[in-house]
Amino acid sequence: MGGLQKKKFERGSATNYITRNRARKKLMLSLPDFRRLCILKGIYPHEPKHKKKVNKGSTAPRTFYLLKDIRFLLHEPIVSKFREYKIFVRKLKRAYGKTEWSAVERLKENKPTYKLDHIVKERYPTFIDALRDIDDALCMCFLFSTFARTGKCHVQTIQLCRRLTVEWMNYVIASRALRKVFLSIKGIYYQAEVMGQLITWLVPYQFSHDHPTDVDYRVMATFTELYTTLLGFVNFRLYQSLNLVYPPKLDSKAELDLKEENEDDYAMSSESYYEKLSALSSSLARVVSTEEEEEAKLDQFPVEGEDMDKMEAREKEQKQLEVQKKIFEGLKFFINREVPRESLAFVIRCFGGQVSWDKSVCIGSTYDVTDETITHQVVDRPNVDKHPVYIFTLTLPPHLSPFVEEKEGDYVPPDKLKIMALQRGEQPGTDQPYFINEEEEAEEKNLKKMEKQKSQGKSLEVKVTPGKLKVENPARLEQEEQAEEKRLAIMMMKKKEKYLYDKIMFGKKRKVREANKLAAKRKAHDDAEKAKKKKARK
Amino acid sequence: LSDSEDSVYSGLEDSGSDSEDDDEVVEEEEEEEEEEEEQQEDGSNPDEDKEDQSEQVYQTSASVSKRMSLPLSQPTVEFFSKDVMIHPVTNRPADKRSFIPSLIEKEKVSKLVHAIKMGWIKPRRVEDDSRGRFYDLWASESSSSLAKHKMHLPAPKIPLPGHEESYNPPPEYMFTDEERALWEQQDPSDRRLPFVPRKYPGLRQVPAFSRFIHERFERCLDLYLCPRQRKMRVNVNPEDLIPKLPKPKDLQPFPTTQSLVYRGHSGLVRSISVSPSGQWLVSGSDDGSVRLWEVCSSRCMKTVQVGGAVKSVAWNPNPSLCLVAVAVDSVVLILSPALADKQVVSSSERVLTAKEEEEGPSEGSQPVVWSETEGEELNQGIRLKIQHPKPVHQVTWHSKGDYLASVMPEHSSHLQVFIHQLSRRRSQNPFRRNKGLVQAVAFHPIRPYFFVATQRSVRIYNLVKQEMTKKLQANSKWISSIAVHSGGDHVICGSYDCKLSWFDLDLSTKPYKMLRHHKKAVRSVAYHRGYPLFASASDDGSVIVCHGTVYNDLLQNPLIVPVKVLRGHAITHDLGVLDVTFHPTQPWVFSSGADATIRLFT
Repeated sequence: MGGLQKKKFERGSATNYITRNRARKKLMLSLPDFRRLCILKGIYPHEPKHKKKVNKGSTAPRTFYLLKDIRFLLHEPIVSKFREYKIFVRKLKRAYGKTEWSAVERLKENKPTYKLDHIVKERYPTFIDALRDIDDALCMCFLFSTFARTGKCHVQTIQLCRRLTVEWMNYVIASRALRKVFLSIKGIYYQAEVMGQLITWLVPYQFSHDHPTDVDYRVMATFTELYTTLLGFVNFRLYQSLNLVYPPKLDSKAELDLKEENEDDYAMSSESYYEKLSALSSSLARVVSTEEEEEAKLDQFPVEGEDMDKMEAREKEQKQLEVQKKIFEGLKFFINREVPRESLAFVIRCFGGQVSWDKSVCIGSTYDVTDETITHQVVDRPNVDKHPVYIFTLTLPPHLSPFVEEKEGDYVPPDKLKIMALQRGEQPGTDQPYFINEEEEAEEKNLKKMEKQKSQGKSLEVKVTPGKLKVENPARLEQEEQAEEKRLAIMMMKKKEKYLYDKIMFGKKRKVREANKLAAKRKAHDDAEKAKKKKARK
Repeated sequence: LSDSEDSVYSGLEDSGSDSEDDDEVVEEEEEEEEEEEEQQEDGSNPDEDKEDQSEQVYQTSASVSKRMSLPLSQPTVEFFSKDVMIHPVTNRPADKRSFIPSLIEKEKVSKLVHAIKMGWIKPRRVEDDSRGRFYDLWASESSSSLAKHKMHLPAPKIPLPGHEESYNPPPEYMFTDEERALWEQQDPSDRRLPFVPRKYPGLRQVPAFSRFIHERFERCLDLYLCPRQRKMRVNVNPEDLIPKLPKPKDLQPFPTTQSLVYRGHSGLVRSISVSPSGQWLVSGSDDGSVRLWEVCSSRCMKTVQVGGAVKSVAWNPNPSLCLVAVAVDSVVLILSPALADKQVVSSSERVLTAKEEEEGPSEGSQPVVWSETEGEELNQGIRLKIQHPKPVHQVTWHSKGDYLASVMPEHSSHLQVFIHQLSRRRSQNPFRRNKGLVQAVAFHPIRPYFFVATQRSVRIYNLVKQEMTKKLQANSKWISSIAVHSGGDHVICGSYDCKLSWFDLDLSTKPYKMLRHHKKAVRSVAYHRGYPLFASASDDGSVIVCHGTVYNDLLQNPLIVPVKVLRGHAITHDLGVLDVTFHPTQPWVFSSGADATIRLFT
């Protein structure tokens, strides 16, 4: 009895969400400003669990933000900056319209600016949070740093991006953090392990971009604004953790070396200094100049519940990593001019090698071709069998992705199987570069042996098969029986479970189908190759 | 001109003096400006200079005309040079206005001052160089508001590249021509790979990726536009989802293999029935014949031509009688096959002949007419004809063998069901009102209940009290058949929407279990009289035998386990198995199909 009638959509999930337009009106911002604010503050739409309830009974497609998020935006100081900027633009337009140049100048001098430091701190309360989210920032900065100064974005942004990415690469070199590299058709994927976080980023190949028309560069620029701030602070912290000077400076020794060679090539010394930094060929100055840091040995605490096997495996992994880090230690590389210099120099330096190039290619070459201590020369020409790819993946071509981790039932390309077999058989755990000729030959011999063994095994199996058929019968019968039992049990499943089961099985079957398809394709290809070879011999 | 100028000036001066009185600050500034003006005067009057220049220009233009006569080079007169001259270039006295402070400027300055005072013009901003300077932002780490914010969902990372993205992938990852064509046809959102794998012989040949900026931009859009939702993905082992049922092996006996095929009919066999002894089988077919078979030998003992498609046959369940009811068009025939002991045959004869004289008086008004057969039909064994007003679709016997129910489905009539009493040759229509299209009827094996299955529901009537006791909701679109358990507490209904519903009459009016085993319409269902088995026949050509244990304990629900899928019938004209029935004593099942055969599974 009694009481007010409850109204619909005045409590519950309907009050937790707000549509975009209402949010925009609440904040009193134009759509572009609202968009920018969302990007900077990391606010994104939420998909409500019951859309109809939230949408007040309608099923029209709408984007919803959490009301809490929007309330949180209300107190953002940057919103007032946006309004100031809006007013500034209005005034400037007016001044231009009236051709009041002094006013224009005065206004331009007082252009409102804002800083994003507090937003970065707010979005990433701890340093690890920031590192976890740095992938996109790196990708974006690397992309922007390759832009030409064509007016798609501010020149300062491009320069800043370039500076930050060079700083990042120098850090990765100094900390030897690089783990995986993959040459894809899109660009080069790098993966580094920084403070326990795996960070992957993609660098486009060094070509000028064909700027698409259907891309909103304003959105990208807003993202870049945030990302450059974030990356700058992250770089600072990382340099600090390694006792490196920030902004980065060249080692005093390296500085001297470089000075001798090209004193007069560049007009501005600051520019040339920066170029030398971005050449990645020499090490950086440290705050405390201790050359040889004592390798802190990993203390071993036996964790409860973890058996010795696991411990051993971890130790082994650690050792493997150490070896991998020093793979190029003591080697001197010379990069020919047709090879992409920056990526190669980066990779070689990351694994402890020394690198140089022709003086005319780029500033910062440390030694000449004629230097007799050069151990390797990197070439990318069809008639030479040494290939730059070996440096990247330490495998024979074709080039495979190191990021793929095959689970049971997945298709594994035979090339990868070969590599895995080699790793297990030849040198357990160590990746030795294949571009050392002798080893390569030895391994090829090994490969041939293994293949022979495999083929022998196959022929044996073929001989046995015909006699076994009768013996298998009862087993097969049992199998059939079991299969039927299963089929009958599946019939008795509940509708909901049946749906889920069907879905899972569909996915599994598709996976198998795809793997089979790949295997069949490979087989057809190999057969065609063999036939070709035979023809060639005849 | 100069006079008018003066007058303007004087007017302005007056106004200027007013403003001077207003504030002293303006005055000071004005004085400064005056000083500046004086300095300008010290050099040379600009206006004068201009005049001179124009004169000079005039001279030179004149000189051009006389170029030929004049010498080529004249000594240059440097009017403007870096040397400071003592005397002015011209002798013209300075204007008056150069001595008087400019009123316009004064006004402007006063306006500026006013603007500064009012805060409209701000002093030049001090260049803030803290922007772009980095410091240790996380020096004092603390949990922040976002950490408290529980609804925050971090954006998923970009998936890592696979082998197919390599610049030199293994050959199996390359597209064939068909795959390529398919890829191009597909909508970009449907493609499994957003790019075409390519192979380059060297790193040098790899071009720039044309969609690089696009992909980055799409990622940006995803980050700020894409609604996020937390999806709980449970890692389920599909094997765990399969219910743990007792093994069919442990539930034996049940029919497993097809052992006999009864051939002879030429049309589809709609209905079969087994004699209570289990020795004989009767079948009715669309070819207009009723055949009687010996079960063990699959021999056709007798063929009775009834001159019309047989819709339903039913063997009298009373073991002391040997009678078969056959529904042909709108007639129900009582057949005496004479396939039993002499005693049984004679007792059934007695039943057919004895009560003739006790016939009811009001024959004309009744819709159903009983008549005896003569001549040829009598020789074939047809003893009685019960003429109905409409085509009869089903006949069924009461377990005592005296009562017989027939069904005539008709939408607009209350005359859908008749119950005939054989001993008194009397028929009655138990229902006064039409309650839907009747599909099938059944007698309760023990108690005086009568089951009527309409399209959606099953009604249970108490025949003694003449009232409805229960209405079962079948949860299916169109019931096709019904069977009652020998205990009488359980009912199964098959329906044309592939379902089979099991009702436990003690539990509820809703089905205890719905079984969706069949792929096509369920045509017929049957219970075994002794064993805990039931079977369903469907248009998909299969008979599924299930084990349904019924416990005497009321607290225990029946356990239903499918034990065997029996196949054998060929599907003809989209029809598979039309009828199914169990052997009364053995765990055998008979099925009749649209391929004109009857099969026995043992």
